[in-house]
Amino acid sequence: MNNTAHANKQNYIFKSKKGLNRKIVTDISEQKNEPGWMTDFRLKALDIFERLPMPTWGADLSDLDPNDIYYYVRPVEKQKTSWDDIPTDIKTTFEKLGIPQAEQKYLSGVGAQYESEVVYKSLKKKWAEQNVLFLDTSSALQQFPELFKKYFATVVPAHDNKFAALNSAVWSGGSFVYVPKGVHIDMPLQAYFRINASSMGQFERTLIIAEDNSSVHYVEGCSAPIYRKNSLHSAVVELIAHNNANIRYTTIQNWSNNVYNLVTKRAVAHEQAKVEWIDGNFGSKVTMKYPCIILKGKGAQGQIISIAVADKGQHQDAGGKIIHAAENTTSNIVSKSISQRGGRSSYRGLLNVAKGAKNARATVQCDALLLDTISRSDTYPTVKVNEQTADVGHEASVSNISEEQLFYLMSRGFSEQTARAMIVNGFIDAFVKELPMEYAVEINRLITMHMEGSIG
Amino acid sequence: MKTALKVSNLTAKVTDSSILNNLNFFVQPGSVHAIMGPNGSGKSSFAHVLMGHPAYEQTGGSVFLYGQNITDFSVDKRAQAGLFLAVQQPLAIAGLKVFTFLKESYQAVMGTTIEFDAFKELLDKKMSVLNMDPLFAQRNVNEGFSGGEKKRLEMLQLLLLQPKVAILDEIDSGLDIDALQCVAHGLQQVRKDNPGMAIIIITHYQRILHYIQPDEVHILVDGAIVQSGSAQLVNVIEQQGYEQYCAR
Repeated sequence: MNNTAHANKQNYIFKSKKGLNRKIVTDISEQKNEPGWMTDFRLKALDIFERLPMPTWGADLSDLDPNDIYYYVRPVEKQKTSWDDIPTDIKTTFEKLGIPQAEQKYLSGVGAQYESEVVYKSLKKKWAEQNVLFLDTSSALQQFPELFKKYFATVVPAHDNKFAALNSAVWSGGSFVYVPKGVHIDMPLQAYFRINASSMGQFERTLIIAEDNSSVHYVEGCSAPIYRKNSLHSAVVELIAHNNANIRYTTIQNWSNNVYNLVTKRAVAHEQAKVEWIDGNFGSKVTMKYPCIILKGKGAQGQIISIAVADKGQHQDAGGKIIHAAENTTSNIVSKSISQRGGRSSYRGLLNVAKGAKNARATVQCDALLLDTISRSDTYPTVKVNEQTADVGHEASVSNISEEQLFYLMSRGFSEQTARAMIVNGFIDAFVKELPMEYAVEINRLITMHMEGSIG
Repeated sequence: MKTALKVSNLTAKVTDSSILNNLNFFVQPGSVHAIMGPNGSGKSSFAHVLMGHPAYEQTGGSVFLYGQNITDFSVDKRAQAGLFLAVQQPLAIAGLKVFTFLKESYQAVMGTTIEFDAFKELLDKKMSVLNMDPLFAQRNVNEGFSGGEKKRLEMLQLLLLQPKVAILDEIDSGLDIDALQCVAHGLQQVRKDNPGMAIIIITHYQRILHYIQPDEVHILVDGAIVQSGSAQLVNVIEQQGYEQYCAR
């Protein structure tokens, strides 16, 4: 996007070539000093990536040229990004969100990482005492090779889809979390307290394992826009909740509007386990993201609560997938979308009750709010029920901000803009109230900024 | 003493039909006026035009609030100037907490900021006047409210915002006797606390007027006031209905 601004430095910054081949994949693996099985895994994934066609459903990906992407930028090169290269609108948004400058620089990939050192260190000590592992995925492969190999790619195999294959071939960074039996982590683990800058990569790979009777809340992202020169972001997240374990995974992402955000997120919930995806999608050019939960054990529960905000030139194709594969499993999907200034949001969901999954209960609720007449919202729900005892509910709504609602609020002293923001914030309340407090405040502020049209 | 609300030659239309025809009306501070009339006579339209509803096009005349010409004011500016409308059918705002709504509204109208604790105390006091459960403040604005609860929330806003001129559009409609008494009690309290507040009660029936005696009663038919008089006029309507006016 911004390459022209420093064309003279370009050769220096990007030594890697555009596009992808076996050499690049092997280089990545070597660079990271990986064991042979991982190199093989990556190369196999590359074959799959090359073999699979681009998806023809969902959002329009015809402008995305996989050969025009840098797949690996070495950390040394990365740090050469200059604060001056960050577009002004992104900087302005940082200011408006009230994010400290040290953090701004970190978030935009410039300079040293931002860390609340003291807080982080004390947390780190506590985790170590409980034998909790929380480190970047590449280091986890080095330090805990057996544990890593046992779970890696067991939930999202490389052949799952074209972009999962791509991630499998070139993954770098991401978080690895392991919570031992019976351990409850009361503070959310935040990717905010970065292990190191590489965890915020372009093709990050996150793996979370919660052993029996344990619980963990993982939070990634923040409301500040994430600027990337490279326009493709394709992550894979795998969650494994063993018997009676509890995993909540919260994402807030606000990509700059040149980014294709194509993410595969999937969880397996064993007996009596509970998995929750809380997923907030702002920005990007195209987002395709459908967090999935496989309710594999009896009595497992799944919940997906998401919002997507589609602004000018953006297509948010998001939703959720739940597979009931065992008896007495319950699930709940709440999906909210907001479209404005010609933005498009789609809900795409799958609810599958497999044969034998007796007494499954599932509800899906998807609500769309259109802020003007040029924006668009679609719903593509797929419901497959192969079990007679299933209790499945599905509700969908599309609404506008009515003149009467605006009048009512304005007659109580609010400007039209404030009134609109209040209605929109109310609309996403079901999502926001699931967030940790500081995130909730940020999201309300972000929504208000969107309403003011000050984010472009 | 300045007139609280002065409406001169007010003419308005909605889409293409005329709804107010050269309407003249004024209210002194501290007085209570009742506007009565048959269904479709333009009572609610009058209230909405006064508040500046964008669906109504004002084609002539002017509105003064304590001498200030508010004819061209937007809805929010009218509210900030001290005009209040309790609407007939308040709409739900999903996900917006009553407490947040009232606090923000209080700040917007009063043009001040108020601390959480101070507002909570104020709100609790006003809610007790209306016999409301404090938990009510934790619900979402008008979401799943009964008719009586909606009217109580309107009254609560009146008690909090203390406008200069309050227009109550069918505040008594759809209420059972308990709810009606509660609303009436709220009104009496408002008058006691704000002796200068002018109150315009728009109503089809006279029920509410048994609890609060109007200083003047106006009969509105076809977008114009056809008769004004004392509280006595209420009894005339009660006995004879509106037919005599409609026949004109």
